[in-house]
Amino acid sequence: MGNNENKLLSVENLKVYFRSDDEVARAVDGVSFDVRREETVCLVGESGCGKTVTALSVMGLVPIPPGEIADGRVLFRDQNLLDYNDTEMQAIRGNQIAMVFQEPLTSLNPVFTIEDQIGEAISTHEDLPESEVTRRCVQLLKDVGIASPAERLSDYPHQLSGGQRQRVMIAMALACSPDLIIADEPTTALDVTVQAQILRLLDAIQKQRSMSVLYITHDLGVVSKVADRVGVMYAGIIAEHGKRQDIFENSKHPYTQALLASLPNREKRGQRLYSIPGTVPNPAYKPGGCPFHPRCQHAIQACHEQYPEMCDYGDGHHARCPVLFDSGKVA
Amino acid sequence: MEVNSHTDTQNYQLDEPLAPKRTRFEEFWRLFRQNRLAIAGLVFFILFFVVAIIGLALTSGNDPFIDPALVRLQEKLRPPLAQPNLEMLQPHEMPPLGLYVFGTDDLGRDVFARMLQGSWVSLTVGFVAVGIAIIIGIFLGGIAGYYGQRHIRVNQLISGGFVAAGVLFMVFNFLWVGVLLLILSSVCMVLSFLTKKSANAKTKPAWARLWYFNTLSIDTLVMRFVDIMLCFPSFFLILTVVALLPASIYNIMIIIGLTSWMGTTRFVRAEFLSLREQDFVAAARALGLEDFRIIFRHMMPNAVAPVLVSATIGIATAILTEAGLSFLGFGVPPPHATWGNILSDGKRFIFDAPWLTFVPGIAILIVVLSFNLFGEGLRDVMNPKLRERN
Repeated sequence: MGNNENKLLSVENLKVYFRSDDEVARAVDGVSFDVRREETVCLVGESGCGKTVTALSVMGLVPIPPGEIADGRVLFRDQNLLDYNDTEMQAIRGNQIAMVFQEPLTSLNPVFTIEDQIGEAISTHEDLPESEVTRRCVQLLKDVGIASPAERLSDYPHQLSGGQRQRVMIAMALACSPDLIIADEPTTALDVTVQAQILRLLDAIQKQRSMSVLYITHDLGVVSKVADRVGVMYAGIIAEHGKRQDIFENSKHPYTQALLASLPNREKRGQRLYSIPGTVPNPAYKPGGCPFHPRCQHAIQACHEQYPEMCDYGDGHHARCPVLFDSGKVA
Repeated sequence: MEVNSHTDTQNYQLDEPLAPKRTRFEEFWRLFRQNRLAIAGLVFFILFFVVAIIGLALTSGNDPFIDPALVRLQEKLRPPLAQPNLEMLQPHEMPPLGLYVFGTDDLGRDVFARMLQGSWVSLTVGFVAVGIAIIIGIFLGGIAGYYGQRHIRVNQLISGGFVAAGVLFMVFNFLWVGVLLLILSSVCMVLSFLTKKSANAKTKPAWARLWYFNTLSIDTLVMRFVDIMLCFPSFFLILTVVALLPASIYNIMIIIGLTSWMGTTRFVRAEFLSLREQDFVAAARALGLEDFRIIFRHMMPNAVAPVLVSATIGIATAILTEAGLSFLGFGVPPPHATWGNILSDGKRFIFDAPWLTFVPGIAILIVVLSFNLFGEGLRDVMNPKLRERN
């Protein structure tokens, strides 16, 4: 792992449970990862694997109850955010950690103009005169590539297209120059061309402002474009994490391998696409041992009983599968 | 309509707005104008407002321009637009307009003057009562909708109970008992504050767990209180309270307000339950806004449309309630005229002098109708999504 000073965000053994009357859904079940400065980390996984809950708990936005942070630490600049109270968290949110949501169509308040909303993002954390706020709004809209920004200021969200709304959301997230942006599937609701524009925009802004980005997505295509490092999540745990090349070219976990095998590509033209047998387990009734073992083609008896250890492949590449690790060692 | 965003680098110079920029008010007005009924409502609304203020100016003071309380027994029950009988009147008894526009009542008082005086009462009753109802309704509804699932803990219940009991004792002149209870409640609060700092769910001793035991949810507390308030037939509740308190215009306004907030609370709570799950609320929280700002600035404008409509109808209802109270003789005490007590006095002469009931009745009808039309127009303009259709 890199040296400590370089770490901006460090999530350690995070466990988030949701309690209902008679069952406990272990949505996030011991997740650890780091985000270093000026780095893009992707959390990738199927729906319901705990990506969004992980992001929300970094922001302190998990609804409690029914949610419950059962264990773990979220270190942001070596401060545990889970110890912060509401007021302290409000000073962090939007100011040092900002979030871009999945649905630009509904994430903007329909009754306020663009200027109101971006302006509020600024004036919540900084005490500026109104004219300065307006100037900053225009500048931010320019930065996110909205045409004729001064005119757009007085528009309402419904007057903008989906891509423009997502740009506005990004502008709001950038308003106070945060160190970390959490982008929760920012391109899922957009069509492919706009998706590419938004990805390029996020990339350019990140370089220009030297921010870190924690990118939550289920789209491996997006991951291969933007990520420096990748964490593959399955059923509330991180199955494998490492550099982008390690994950895509040298994956060491059966789940990652199966995911990559089920991607369409040119060589597989005309063939039937591979799909992982079975479905994601219900977070309230996870199989014992390795959560992936019912769907895993490498599973051995030990996988049913023992929770798999994280195995180190060096250079920050880890996979939670001792079976492949041992077989690799022998070979 | 949108400029394509991939040409954005060229468009950076286009800082000058392309279309004439309208302020928000101009935009509102442009849309509002298209709704003729709402415009009619607004015109009558303004007319009523002006008449009420002029009426107040003309009929108050020691030497009013038109005296609504001036009794001319020789001129009683004259029909509208009747000429005064010049031989029988003293100079100071002459109606200033030279005729009785709305006739005179059974004491020969000028109904026009009384209507002018009463319009101010109706206006203030409507606005103050609904203002009180809306403020209470929005506050309680917002709290119930946004915090609904949170529970009140035993410690909060105990300290709150002590505060309430203490204030009650102090109000009823048991000063020392009250002070003692207030001190007890502050001890409770300090205790909660101290235990909270060290409280970790698993290491808490049993007494602390009891201390933090969840009781009612906030939603239950507020909405059951609404149900309780709705149980009482409000008009009879008002009658009871009016019988206990001295009858004055202000007491009546406050009482009408305090007994008509339940509908607003229900509207606001229902809207908030759906708004709370919306993404823009999560986005606002992610920006680091405080809860109260989210509730009252971000969610409230989205929830305000049904409230606004119920408010305009509420103004109408408040005017009618005041008229009803005055009609029954519980309202604003005579000799002060209100539309309700003009109506009530007139009922005895409905066959001999129908104008005594028709004039205030039609005035109430017009005002109530114009408020409703105006309110509906306002609702349409306030909702940006409805605007899209235009």
